[in-house]
Amino acid sequence: MIRATLMTGTGQRRSLDRTPATLSIPNPHRLPSSVALADEHLLVAAAKSGDAAAFEELVNRYEHKIFRLTMNITRNREDAEDAMQDAFLKSYSHLKSFQGDSRFYTWLVRIAANEALMRLRKRRPNQFSLDEPVEGEDDFMPREIEAWDPTPEQRYAQTEMQEILNDVIDKLEPDFRTVFVLRDVEELSTEETAQALGISVPAVKSRLLRARLKLRQKLNQHFRKGESN
Amino acid sequence: MNCKGVIRELSNYIDGDLDLAMKQELERHLGHCEDCTMIVDQTKKTVEIFCDSEPVALPSDVRVRLHNALHRKMQENLS
Repeated sequence: MIRATLMTGTGQRRSLDRTPATLSIPNPHRLPSSVALADEHLLVAAAKSGDAAAFEELVNRYEHKIFRLTMNITRNREDAEDAMQDAFLKSYSHLKSFQGDSRFYTWLVRIAANEALMRLRKRRPNQFSLDEPVEGEDDFMPREIEAWDPTPEQRYAQTEMQEILNDVIDKLEPDFRTVFVLRDVEELSTEETAQALGISVPAVKSRLLRARLKLRQKLNQHFRKGESN
Repeated sequence: MNCKGVIRELSNYIDGDLDLAMKQELERHLGHCEDCTMIVDQTKKTVEIFCDSEPVALPSDVRVRLHNALHRKMQENLS
Protein backbone atom coordinates (compact mmCIF):
# COMPACT_ATOMS: atom_id res chain seq x y z
CA MET A 1 0.00 0.00 0.00
CA ILE A 2 1.04 3.54 -0.56
CA ARG A 3 -0.14 6.49 1.45
CA ALA A 4 -1.59 9.38 -0.48
CA THR A 5 -2.03 12.72 1.21
CA LEU A 6 -5.08 14.86 0.58
CA MET A 7 -5.46 18.53 1.39
CA THR A 8 -8.46 19.16 3.58
CA GLY A 9 -10.70 22.17 3.51
CA THR A 10 -8.76 23.79 6.35
CA GLY A 11 -5.41 23.33 4.70
CA GLN A 12 -4.48 20.54 7.10
CA ARG A 13 -3.37 17.35 5.49
CA ARG A 14 -5.43 14.23 5.78
CA SER A 15 -4.03 10.89 4.85
CA LEU A 16 -5.82 8.08 3.12
CA ASP A 17 -4.31 4.72 2.38
CA ARG A 18 -4.66 3.84 -1.25
CA THR A 19 -3.82 0.73 -3.17
CA PRO A 20 -1.47 1.49 -6.06
CA ALA A 21 -3.60 -0.29 -8.64
CA THR A 22 -6.70 1.77 -8.02
CA LEU A 23 -5.64 5.39 -8.29
CA SER A 24 -8.21 7.46 -10.13
CA ILE A 25 -7.74 10.20 -12.67
CA PRO A 26 -7.00 13.41 -10.75
CA ASN A 27 -9.73 16.00 -10.75
CA PRO A 28 -8.32 19.39 -11.76
CA HIS A 29 -11.01 21.23 -9.76
CA ARG A 30 -9.85 19.99 -6.36
CA LEU A 31 -6.75 19.99 -4.21
CA PRO A 32 -5.72 23.63 -4.53
CA SER A 33 -2.00 24.23 -4.66
CA SER A 34 -0.36 26.57 -2.18
CA VAL A 35 -0.23 29.13 -5.00
CA ALA A 36 -4.00 28.85 -5.47
CA LEU A 37 -4.50 29.14 -1.71
CA ALA A 38 -2.36 32.27 -1.49
CA ASP A 39 -4.27 33.60 -4.45
CA GLU A 40 -7.54 32.89 -2.62
CA HIS A 41 -6.35 34.94 0.37
CA LEU A 42 -5.53 37.85 -1.94
CA LEU A 43 -8.90 37.65 -3.67
CA VAL A 44 -10.75 37.51 -0.33
CA ALA A 45 -8.75 40.49 0.99
CA ALA A 46 -9.51 42.48 -2.17
CA ALA A 47 -13.21 41.52 -2.05
CA LYS A 48 -13.41 42.55 1.62
CA SER A 49 -12.05 45.96 0.73
CA GLY A 50 -14.83 46.40 -1.85
CA ASP A 51 -13.37 44.93 -5.04
CA ALA A 52 -16.46 43.39 -6.66
CA ALA A 53 -14.44 41.80 -9.47
CA ALA A 54 -12.37 39.90 -6.91
CA PHE A 55 -15.51 38.47 -5.34
CA GLU A 56 -16.84 37.51 -8.75
CA GLU A 57 -13.59 35.69 -9.43
CA LEU A 58 -14.16 33.68 -6.23
CA VAL A 59 -17.67 32.86 -7.48
CA ASN A 60 -16.29 31.77 -10.86
CA ARG A 61 -13.81 29.57 -9.08
CA TYR A 62 -16.25 27.74 -6.83
CA GLU A 63 -19.68 27.89 -8.49
CA HIS A 64 -19.37 24.41 -10.03
CA LYS A 65 -18.33 22.82 -6.73
CA ILE A 66 -21.01 24.64 -4.75
CA PHE A 67 -23.64 23.54 -7.26
CA ARG A 68 -22.41 19.95 -6.91
CA LEU A 69 -22.68 20.27 -3.13
CA THR A 70 -26.21 21.69 -3.14
CA MET A 71 -27.30 19.12 -5.75
CA ASN A 72 -25.79 16.31 -3.69
CA ILE A 73 -27.60 17.41 -0.54
CA THR A 74 -30.98 18.39 -1.95
CA ARG A 75 -31.14 15.99 -4.93
CA ASN A 76 -33.50 18.54 -6.46
CA ARG A 77 -32.42 20.89 -9.24
CA GLU A 78 -34.63 23.84 -8.26
CA ASP A 79 -33.62 23.69 -4.59
CA ALA A 80 -29.96 23.26 -5.55
CA GLU A 81 -30.04 26.39 -7.73
CA ASP A 82 -31.74 28.47 -5.04
CA ALA A 83 -29.42 27.21 -2.31
CA MET A 84 -26.34 27.94 -4.41
CA GLN A 85 -27.50 31.43 -5.32
CA ASP A 86 -28.45 32.32 -1.75
CA ALA A 87 -25.15 30.93 -0.47
CA PHE A 88 -23.13 33.22 -2.74
CA LEU A 89 -25.34 36.24 -2.00
CA LYS A 90 -25.12 35.64 1.75
CA SER A 91 -21.38 35.12 1.63
CA TYR A 92 -21.09 38.43 -0.25
CA SER A 93 -23.28 40.24 2.29
CA HIS A 94 -21.40 38.76 5.26
CA LEU A 95 -17.91 38.80 3.82
CA LYS A 96 -16.72 41.34 6.38
CA SER A 97 -17.56 38.87 9.17
CA PHE A 98 -15.30 36.21 7.60
CA GLN A 99 -12.30 36.20 9.91
CA GLY A 100 -10.00 34.04 7.82
CA ASP A 101 -9.56 31.39 10.52
CA SER A 102 -10.58 28.78 7.93
CA ARG A 103 -10.28 28.75 4.17
CA PHE A 104 -12.83 30.94 2.39
CA TYR A 105 -14.00 27.83 0.52
CA THR A 106 -14.70 25.97 3.79
CA TRP A 107 -16.67 28.94 5.07
CA LEU A 108 -18.63 29.03 1.80
CA VAL A 109 -19.32 25.29 1.99
CA ARG A 110 -20.80 25.74 5.48
CA ILE A 111 -23.14 28.47 4.25
CA ALA A 112 -24.14 26.46 1.17
CA ALA A 113 -24.69 23.27 3.18
CA ASN A 114 -27.00 25.14 5.55
CA GLU A 115 -28.95 26.66 2.66
CA ALA A 116 -29.31 23.23 1.06
CA LEU A 117 -30.32 21.56 4.33
CA MET A 118 -32.96 24.19 5.01
CA ARG A 119 -34.59 23.38 1.68
CA LEU A 120 -34.21 19.65 2.16
CA ARG A 121 -35.93 19.81 5.55
CA LYS A 122 -38.79 21.85 4.09
CA ARG A 123 -39.31 19.42 1.24
CA ARG A 124 -38.77 16.22 3.21
CA PRO A 125 -39.37 17.07 6.89
CA ASN A 126 -39.53 13.45 8.01
CA GLN A 127 -36.39 12.28 6.27
CA PHE A 128 -33.77 14.40 7.94
CA SER A 129 -33.09 14.29 11.62
CA LEU A 130 -30.58 16.10 13.76
CA ASP A 131 -31.08 13.49 16.47
CA GLU A 132 -28.19 11.28 17.41
CA PRO A 133 -28.53 7.94 15.65
CA VAL A 134 -29.83 4.93 17.54
CA GLU A 135 -27.15 2.36 17.02
CA GLY A 136 -27.46 -1.35 16.66
CA GLU A 137 -24.16 -2.99 15.93
CA ASP A 138 -25.44 -5.72 13.69
CA ASP A 139 -27.42 -3.52 11.35
CA PHE A 140 -24.33 -2.14 9.68
CA MET A 141 -22.31 -5.32 9.39
CA PRO A 142 -21.64 -5.71 5.64
CA ARG A 143 -23.53 -8.47 3.91
CA GLU A 144 -22.67 -8.90 0.23
CA ILE A 145 -18.92 -9.49 0.23
CA GLU A 146 -17.65 -10.22 -3.27
CA ALA A 147 -14.42 -9.42 -5.10
CA TRP A 148 -14.53 -6.27 -7.22
CA ASP A 149 -13.03 -5.54 -10.56
CA PRO A 150 -9.71 -3.84 -9.61
CA THR A 151 -10.34 -0.85 -11.90
CA PRO A 152 -14.10 -0.23 -12.13
CA GLU A 153 -13.43 3.24 -13.62
CA GLN A 154 -12.18 1.52 -16.76
CA ARG A 155 -15.28 -0.62 -17.05
CA TYR A 156 -17.63 2.30 -17.41
CA ALA A 157 -17.50 5.44 -19.53
CA GLN A 158 -17.30 8.64 -17.49
CA THR A 159 -20.96 9.57 -18.02
CA GLU A 160 -22.04 6.05 -17.18
CA MET A 161 -19.97 6.10 -14.00
CA GLN A 162 -21.50 9.46 -13.07
CA GLU A 163 -24.98 7.96 -13.50
CA ILE A 164 -24.06 5.10 -11.20
CA LEU A 165 -22.71 7.48 -8.54
CA ASN A 166 -25.81 9.69 -8.82
CA ASP A 167 -28.06 6.68 -8.53
CA VAL A 168 -26.41 5.22 -5.44
CA ILE A 169 -26.04 8.52 -3.59
CA ASP A 170 -29.66 9.38 -4.38
CA LYS A 171 -30.76 6.24 -2.57
CA LEU A 172 -28.78 7.06 0.56
CA GLU A 173 -30.79 8.53 3.43
CA PRO A 174 -30.38 12.35 3.56
CA ASP A 175 -28.68 12.47 6.98
CA PHE A 176 -26.05 9.91 5.93
CA ARG A 177 -25.69 11.49 2.50
CA THR A 178 -25.09 14.98 3.89
CA VAL A 179 -22.32 13.84 6.22
CA PHE A 180 -20.69 11.80 3.46
CA VAL A 181 -20.80 14.71 1.00
CA LEU A 182 -19.27 17.16 3.47
CA ARG A 183 -16.55 14.79 4.68
CA ASP A 184 -15.62 12.75 1.64
CA VAL A 185 -16.54 14.92 -1.34
CA GLU A 186 -15.95 18.43 0.04
CA GLU A 187 -13.25 17.22 2.46
CA LEU A 188 -14.34 19.13 5.53
CA SER A 189 -12.84 17.81 8.74
CA THR A 190 -14.99 15.85 11.19
CA GLU A 191 -15.15 18.91 13.47
CA GLU A 192 -16.10 21.26 10.62
CA THR A 193 -18.82 18.86 9.50
CA ALA A 194 -20.18 18.62 13.05
CA GLN A 195 -20.18 22.40 13.31
CA ALA A 196 -21.85 22.88 9.92
CA LEU A 197 -24.63 20.42 10.73
CA GLY A 198 -25.02 21.21 14.42
CA ILE A 199 -24.43 17.60 15.47
CA SER A 200 -21.77 16.00 17.67
CA VAL A 201 -18.43 14.67 16.46
CA PRO A 202 -19.41 11.05 17.41
CA ALA A 203 -22.62 11.47 15.38
CA VAL A 204 -20.60 12.60 12.35
CA LYS A 205 -18.27 9.61 12.73
CA SER A 206 -21.13 7.17 13.12
CA ARG A 207 -23.04 8.52 10.12
CA LEU A 208 -19.92 8.65 7.98
CA LEU A 209 -19.12 5.00 8.72
CA ARG A 210 -22.66 3.94 7.89
CA ALA A 211 -22.75 6.08 4.76
CA ARG A 212 -19.49 4.62 3.49
CA LEU A 213 -20.63 1.05 4.18
CA LYS A 214 -24.01 1.61 2.57
CA LEU A 215 -22.43 3.15 -0.53
CA ARG A 216 -19.95 0.27 -0.75
CA GLN A 217 -22.83 -2.15 -0.63
CA LYS A 218 -24.78 -0.24 -3.30
CA LEU A 219 -21.72 -0.06 -5.57
CA ASN A 220 -21.12 -3.79 -5.13
CA GLN A 221 -23.76 -4.68 -7.70
CA HIS A 222 -21.96 -2.54 -10.32
CA PHE A 223 -18.34 -3.28 -9.48
CA ARG A 224 -18.26 -6.96 -8.57
CA LYS A 225 -16.13 -9.17 -10.76
CA GLY A 226 -17.88 -10.64 -13.78
CA GLU A 227 -20.69 -8.06 -13.67
CA SER A 228 -21.48 -7.16 -17.28
CA ASN A 229 -22.33 -3.53 -18.04
CA MET B 1 -9.72 -7.80 17.17
CA ASN B 2 -12.63 -9.57 15.47
CA CYS B 3 -14.56 -8.70 12.28
CA LYS B 4 -17.01 -6.46 14.17
CA GLY B 5 -14.10 -4.54 15.66
CA VAL B 6 -12.64 -3.98 12.20
CA ILE B 7 -15.93 -2.63 10.86
CA ARG B 8 -16.34 -0.40 13.92
CA GLU B 9 -12.88 1.13 13.34
CA LEU B 10 -13.03 1.06 9.53
CA SER B 11 -13.53 4.81 9.02
CA ASN B 12 -10.85 5.72 11.54
CA TYR B 13 -8.50 3.25 9.84
CA ILE B 14 -8.96 4.55 6.31
CA ASP B 15 -8.72 8.16 7.51
CA GLY B 16 -5.45 7.36 9.30
CA ASP B 17 -6.97 8.28 12.68
CA LEU B 18 -6.08 5.09 14.61
CA ASP B 19 -3.25 5.00 17.10
CA LEU B 20 -0.38 2.71 16.22
CA ALA B 21 -1.34 -0.17 18.56
CA MET B 22 -4.92 -0.27 17.29
CA LYS B 23 -3.77 0.01 13.68
CA GLN B 24 -1.39 -2.92 14.12
CA GLU B 25 -4.08 -4.99 15.78
CA LEU B 26 -6.48 -4.28 12.94
CA GLU B 27 -3.87 -5.08 10.32
CA ARG B 28 -3.07 -8.39 12.07
CA HIS B 29 -6.74 -9.30 11.61
CA LEU B 30 -6.65 -8.24 7.95
CA GLY B 31 -3.64 -10.51 7.50
CA HIS B 32 -5.83 -13.57 7.92
CA CYS B 33 -9.37 -12.36 7.10
CA GLU B 34 -10.09 -12.13 3.40
CA ASP B 35 -13.62 -10.75 3.87
CA CYS B 36 -12.50 -7.84 6.05
CA THR B 37 -9.64 -7.08 3.65
CA MET B 38 -12.13 -6.86 0.78
CA ILE B 39 -14.46 -4.62 2.78
CA VAL B 40 -11.61 -2.29 3.76
CA ASP B 41 -10.27 -2.05 0.18
CA GLN B 42 -13.73 -1.59 -1.34
CA THR B 43 -14.70 1.09 1.19
CA LYS B 44 -11.48 2.96 0.40
CA LYS B 45 -12.27 2.64 -3.27
CA THR B 46 -15.81 3.93 -2.69
CA VAL B 47 -14.46 7.06 -0.97
CA GLU B 48 -11.88 7.61 -3.71
CA ILE B 49 -14.39 7.34 -6.51
CA PHE B 50 -16.75 9.90 -4.99
CA CYS B 51 -13.89 12.12 -3.86
CA ASP B 52 -12.49 12.23 -7.40
CA SER B 53 -15.83 12.75 -9.12
CA GLU B 54 -16.09 15.80 -11.34
CA PRO B 55 -18.26 18.70 -10.21
CA VAL B 56 -21.60 18.54 -12.03
CA ALA B 57 -21.83 20.86 -14.99
CA LEU B 58 -23.38 24.16 -14.03
CA PRO B 59 -26.07 24.87 -16.63
CA SER B 60 -25.41 28.17 -18.42
CA ASP B 61 -28.86 29.59 -17.62
CA VAL B 62 -28.31 28.89 -13.91
CA ARG B 63 -24.93 30.58 -14.08
CA VAL B 64 -26.40 33.64 -15.80
CA ARG B 65 -29.10 33.93 -13.12
CA LEU B 66 -26.51 33.62 -10.37
CA HIS B 67 -24.29 36.34 -11.81
CA ASN B 68 -27.25 38.63 -12.53
CA ALA B 69 -28.41 38.29 -8.92
CA LEU B 70 -24.88 38.96 -7.73
CA HIS B 71 -24.57 42.09 -9.89
CA ARG B 72 -27.88 43.39 -8.50
CA LYS B 73 -26.60 42.80 -4.98
CA MET B 74 -23.35 44.58 -5.77
CA GLN B 75 -25.26 47.55 -7.20
CA GLU B 76 -27.43 47.71 -4.06
CA ASN B 77 -24.29 47.85 -1.96
CA LEU B 78 -22.87 50.68 -4.05
CA SER B 79 -26.00 52.82 -3.92
